[in-house]
Amino acid sequence: MMSSQTSKRSFKWLIPTIYIIFLMLPIYWLINMSFKTNQEILSTFTLFPAEPTLRNYAVIFSDASWYSGYINSMIYVGLNTVISVSVALPAAYAFSRYRFLGDKHLFFWLLTNRMAPPAVFALPFFQLYSAFGLIDTHIAVALAHCLFNVPLAVWILEGFMSGVPKEIDETAYLDGYSFPKFFVKIFVPLIASGIGVAAFFCFMFSWVELLIARTLTVTAAKPIAATMTRTVSASGLDWGVLAAAGVLTIIPGALVIYFVRNYIAKGFALGRV
Amino acid sequence: MNKTFNNKAWFFVLPVFFLVAISAIIPLMTVVNYSVQDTFGNNQFFWAGTEWFSDILSSSRFHNALIRNLSFSFIILAIEIPLGIIVALAMPRKGIWVPVCLILMALPLLIPWNVVGTIWQVFGRADIGLLGASLAALGIEYNYAQNAIDAWVTIVVMDVWHWTSLVVLLCYAGLVSIPEAYYQAARIDGASRWKVFRYIQLPKMNRVLLIAVLLRFMDSFMIYTEPFVLTGGGPGNATTFLSIDLVKLAIGQFDLGPAAAMSIVYFLIILLLSWVFYTVMTNYGTDKPDGGTGAG
Repeated sequence: MMSSQTSKRSFKWLIPTIYIIFLMLPIYWLINMSFKTNQEILSTFTLFPAEPTLRNYAVIFSDASWYSGYINSMIYVGLNTVISVSVALPAAYAFSRYRFLGDKHLFFWLLTNRMAPPAVFALPFFQLYSAFGLIDTHIAVALAHCLFNVPLAVWILEGFMSGVPKEIDETAYLDGYSFPKFFVKIFVPLIASGIGVAAFFCFMFSWVELLIARTLTVTAAKPIAATMTRTVSASGLDWGVLAAAGVLTIIPGALVIYFVRNYIAKGFALGRV
Repeated sequence: MNKTFNNKAWFFVLPVFFLVAISAIIPLMTVVNYSVQDTFGNNQFFWAGTEWFSDILSSSRFHNALIRNLSFSFIILAIEIPLGIIVALAMPRKGIWVPVCLILMALPLLIPWNVVGTIWQVFGRADIGLLGASLAALGIEYNYAQNAIDAWVTIVVMDVWHWTSLVVLLCYAGLVSIPEAYYQAARIDGASRWKVFRYIQLPKMNRVLLIAVLLRFMDSFMIYTEPFVLTGGGPGNATTFLSIDLVKLAIGQFDLGPAAAMSIVYFLIILLLSWVFYTVMTNYGTDKPDGGTGAG
């Protein structure tokens, strides 16, 4: 490989570089816009802000209808991640260690929910949560997102757990560990990275989803992403603020991605690479 | 791994079962309920039988949306899969640049989907966007809000931008799992670059590639938010995919019966696809974790 590639080495890095530039251009443009005044955005075409301003960010951090969107998103995403991972842990253990009546069907059924189009569920969800008076609450969105995040967490965790040899369980029982003690003290630390990845993916898919979140909320639990669409149509297109809000929605993902960089492919493959 | 048969394992699964069942089965029952009934809006329902289903299955509106969706999925697969393989092959295998590449490439995957739409909406505008302005400066007429072809190109490029990294990451994960010994053997045999790809790297990526194809196909088949933000399904109906049409029908026009029937047809298609996906995920290559050897 080395010898056959020495001649090509000089330009091989070009492909990823060009690809990354293609990925970064729209993001660069968004960041660029977020530091401009609306006047500069609309009147001149500049690759860098001529008079960098923090006004757009100041608008977001001082207006409750903007920043509460972030808080709402964070609350339901956090709730959803905790619920999804905690119910998925025992289930994934069962799937990875035991055969039981209907296990394959159940595993398949869970997958179909991960693959279900949110558009199909938007209206029934609205009626279901209306019936319980949960519309416009964080818990409604968190529970609704469980539809696709719980199956995802089960699949990812099952993938990681199947990598832990069964002998470890048996040895622990021989050593006199009870099941709960074994699970918390020995098993959970062994699959800690799997739990991290599952939590990351629940966080991510709840964070990027908008259709269901928007359908189930009015004002009190409205996600930041929905606030953005509203502002685009209503308030005479404040491009600078829109760009700043967009940049702020990228930051949470950018912050946590570092921790899962080596597992991200495994997560997308539902724990099966 | 040989598993023991124990029905007590059901107790571990019960929380998941109830949580997902409430979110999945009750709404689905509502949909089934609506799909066989008609209403005049005063909460009185009449049995309509399979009327909505035959309406939907024979309506050109549904056919067109389905065709648009299938063409879209086909186009993006034809672009994203080869592009993903090429980028994954060219990525560095070790060193400081590996995490840099991985993180930068994964970034678009973590952006909320409507923000993706907004980014491209801004990026493509001739008055304020880099892409739109550059094309205008080159004398190319481009307006995704007016011209159907421009709208399609923008949505396809947006999806390539958004999701190709998923293919890259999966392929890369497959590639790094190839032991160095394979390459050494190929070098001793004097194998060409193409032969190395065809007989070592491609078979090793088989499984991850299948996963990538299926995931991309299914996710593109349910695409909603990005084109909704970018074009709203327009110009005209040019980019009205199944999900967009369904939401228009259900929430826009409140035609519950047809919308429910369409949901069920839609869901059955997804169910079929999920079954293919499941079979691939659970059977293909799991018994031989090293993956296939030879010409796969």
